[in-house]
Amino acid sequence: MKHLLSAGDLDHDTAVHVLDTAERLARIADRPVKKLPTLRGRTVVNLFFEDSTRTRISFEAAAKRLSADVINFSAKGSSVSKGESLKDTAMTLEAMGTDAVIVRHSCSGAPHRLANSGWIGGHVVNAGDGTHEHPTQALLDAFTMRRRLRGGVGDLAGLRVTLVGDVLHSRVARSNVLLLSTLGAAVTLVAPPTLLPVGVETWPCATSYDLDETLPGSDVVMMLRVQSERMNASFFPTTREYSRRYGLDRARLGLLPEHTIVMHPGPMNRGMEIAPDVADSARSTIVEQVTNGVSVRMAVLYLLLGGADIGAPAPAEAIGEPVPAGVA
Amino acid sequence: MAVPLRRCLVQPADVARVIDRIAHEILEKSAGARDVALLGIPTRGAPLARRLAARMAAFEGVEVPTGSLDITLYRDDLRMRGVRALEPTTEPPGGIDGKLVVLVDDVLFSGRTVRAALDALGELGRPRAVQLAVLVDRGHRELPIRADYVGKNIPTSRTENVAVRLSEVDGVDEVWLDTVTEGAPA
Amino acid sequence: MAGFLLTGAHPYGEGATDIRLVDGVIAEVGSGLTPGSAEVIDAAGLVALPGLVDLHTHLREPGREDAETVQTGSRAAALGGYTAVHAMANTEPVADTAGVVEQVWRLGREAGLVDVQPIGAVTVGLRGERLAELGAMADSVAGVRVFSDDGLCVSDAVLMRRALEYVRAFDGVIAQHAQEPRLTEGAQMNEGIRSGVLGMRGWPGVAEEAVIARDVLLAAHVGSRLHVCHVSTAGSVEIIRIAKERGMPVTAEVTPHHLMLTEELIDGYDPVYKVNPPLRTADDVAALRAGLADGTIDVVATDHAPHTPEAKDCEWDAAAFGMLGLQTALSVVIATMVHPGLLDWRDVADRMSVRPAQIGQLDAHGAKLAVGAPANLVLVDAGAEVVVEVAELASRSRNTPYAGMTLPGKVVATFLRGAPTVLDGKACR
Repeated sequence: MKHLLSAGDLDHDTAVHVLDTAERLARIADRPVKKLPTLRGRTVVNLFFEDSTRTRISFEAAAKRLSADVINFSAKGSSVSKGESLKDTAMTLEAMGTDAVIVRHSCSGAPHRLANSGWIGGHVVNAGDGTHEHPTQALLDAFTMRRRLRGGVGDLAGLRVTLVGDVLHSRVARSNVLLLSTLGAAVTLVAPPTLLPVGVETWPCATSYDLDETLPGSDVVMMLRVQSERMNASFFPTTREYSRRYGLDRARLGLLPEHTIVMHPGPMNRGMEIAPDVADSARSTIVEQVTNGVSVRMAVLYLLLGGADIGAPAPAEAIGEPVPAGVA
Repeated sequence: MAVPLRRCLVQPADVARVIDRIAHEILEKSAGARDVALLGIPTRGAPLARRLAARMAAFEGVEVPTGSLDITLYRDDLRMRGVRALEPTTEPPGGIDGKLVVLVDDVLFSGRTVRAALDALGELGRPRAVQLAVLVDRGHRELPIRADYVGKNIPTSRTENVAVRLSEVDGVDEVWLDTVTEGAPA
Repeated sequence: MAGFLLTGAHPYGEGATDIRLVDGVIAEVGSGLTPGSAEVIDAAGLVALPGLVDLHTHLREPGREDAETVQTGSRAAALGGYTAVHAMANTEPVADTAGVVEQVWRLGREAGLVDVQPIGAVTVGLRGERLAELGAMADSVAGVRVFSDDGLCVSDAVLMRRALEYVRAFDGVIAQHAQEPRLTEGAQMNEGIRSGVLGMRGWPGVAEEAVIARDVLLAAHVGSRLHVCHVSTAGSVEIIRIAKERGMPVTAEVTPHHLMLTEELIDGYDPVYKVNPPLRTADDVAALRAGLADGTIDVVATDHAPHTPEAKDCEWDAAAFGMLGLQTALSVVIATMVHPGLLDWRDVADRMSVRPAQIGQLDAHGAKLAVGAPANLVLVDAGAEVVVEVAELASRSRNTPYAGMTLPGKVVATFLRGAPTVLDGKACR
């Protein structure tokens, strides 16, 4: 794996491998000493063209636990707003000797441009691009579901996952649909028709306009954030009506099976898509998701950076253990 | 590509005998293994540790706590080939603080794996002392490390490989010596 | 009697004949013409067509000479087989006065490679608020007849109606860039399955079709001519087909890229494929080809839109819309229309020379290859296969979507008023 740009880049076995690796790494978080020497000497840049403190500190914690050097590059004012261009920024990072770039950008596809334009040679991890994808969020969501409902092993075959809200503008939804379907889950998107993308009928999931009808058959309910700028753009009449039709409140909680968990990628609009007491209930995995985010991002960084540089010739004999396990 | 020459050095029955001997030696050196914990280094060190514990239980009726210690994240040669899959780390029941920890591995070669294991161990806890048990010592040390318990010393050339097979992993107990001819992949 | 003697050429891909060009006109057509003092051009096996006419070119001068100049754009046009191009009005300053259109016209004459016919803006500054001085531009030396706010749609129905009516006084035509602005705010690519997957703001076909439908009705209502720029959807073709069946006064163009390329190319987010209107689906491409074949769409127009590297070497949203077209247009038409048997060479001459010259009212262009006609013509090696080498393009810009592709057909020579602008595939100046 050279880059992580889309959850669609992960096939079933690779996705399970990432989750297994994260599971092993998660154990380290329980120890008094949480630091590992694994990525000593590697430089990871958090290149954030968009504010996202929670994602940035999650990647930062993950990189630091693996002993990578972390540079935070907050580049608000991208070329879209006539600042320094993405290309010039990338070439600056390349000149500084960067092994991996974690990029968050308001333009869909910006990480693809970084990865495929020849501007940089290092690894690129998509930390959220426009309304496109957010693959590490999907990985941490899948990790959380697997821990809670599948004993932390295997895939998510047969798991019924309902995603509710602004699918149209949600990178979390796109990545989750791709990853969860790869892992065998049955995904249903619930939203008003205005907030479902054109062509959603070709996605590997089902859709519904009716939340109440969908909840009883859900093992996981994930509430998507409704951005404030959508609220006045005629996607729905009022926040009150949205909340009534698509918000998860205590009454709707009663429609869920006993074991069903409630997820939210954060930050939440309490009282809008999710009622405060639902967010704080025992079913809610919202805090756990943050913890799991670090483990999953450690796994991604390890799997991208923890081996020989891609393209570098493999040495004929690695010191210490030259051959596959069991042979020395 | 030349076919490597292969020679079977240790037969299944001999593997069991060697493990029995190491188990006896540990019991003898640790005054009955009362504060011993065994930590196997995956892949084959882990089942080896469990077998040693079973034999020690059979000989003296002691329950020796056993765990496994994955050292991948502590290796100094990660950049020399593709990403390695992580193996489980499980602490022995009762932990390792104040214990005599015996690290268990299949083959001792450069000593770098053991070096990594010592680093990994340091972050798991603080043992009273650390010892090392290996099924095969094939020489060619690159670090000042030696084993406390050695099943078999097998002098080798650098162009040879020692392959340990254990029934838990490979379906059979054997030790092979492969001579890799010039130009063949290691 | 000097001039040029083209020997063994195949007018419209038909029987071989010799063609003599003297004093800017076709002096003789026939077999076995004697050279005399004429320079002989061996045209054996080459297809002769009337010089191509582009109704939709962005030459960027004045204002963005870093992307293209009249000189470099003219050279690209000549190498593409063109003898006349219509230069769009969205320059800096905008071509919304007689002064600017005369400047562009004069620069074209000075370059001398093609006739550069300016298009005037419909509204002042392309702002869509009030009419520019259309009459002054029509009366200027440039003699503007085509008016367009290209890049922006004249979306105000009243303003569009007035413009359609007003230009009747000098037999002008409004070339509309059909794009409903509210339906395409922030739009980045065709709205459909790909835009949903790629997470990009979609550009629904209906945003184009709704404006075309309104405009054909308006044009019929006021009895004026309407020209629809770069039609890109199957729905648009259908609307224009119905309008024409009802005798409405509408003409339409399609770009070469909309005849060949589809939205799947955008999957890697390379802005070289970012264009307005956006690349659509394979179904749209098929409908556009069929529409061009049956005459629903009158002409192929390049929408040649040069952009500097920095305008494309960036994230998709930040990139400029547009792609080069002049030098590859004929090859794309051969690949998409001639080879599949949708057009023959007479049809190619009609769609790329005769009809665009008629719509733009360029009397000296698009004439039938016959004695007495202006000697504006192109010789094409139809059997050649050419790899598009970006570095070798004459345009000052490099934003071609065809880089590295092998395309059929090669322009061997182009003549403007009897003088070669391209010989042996090389520009003469």
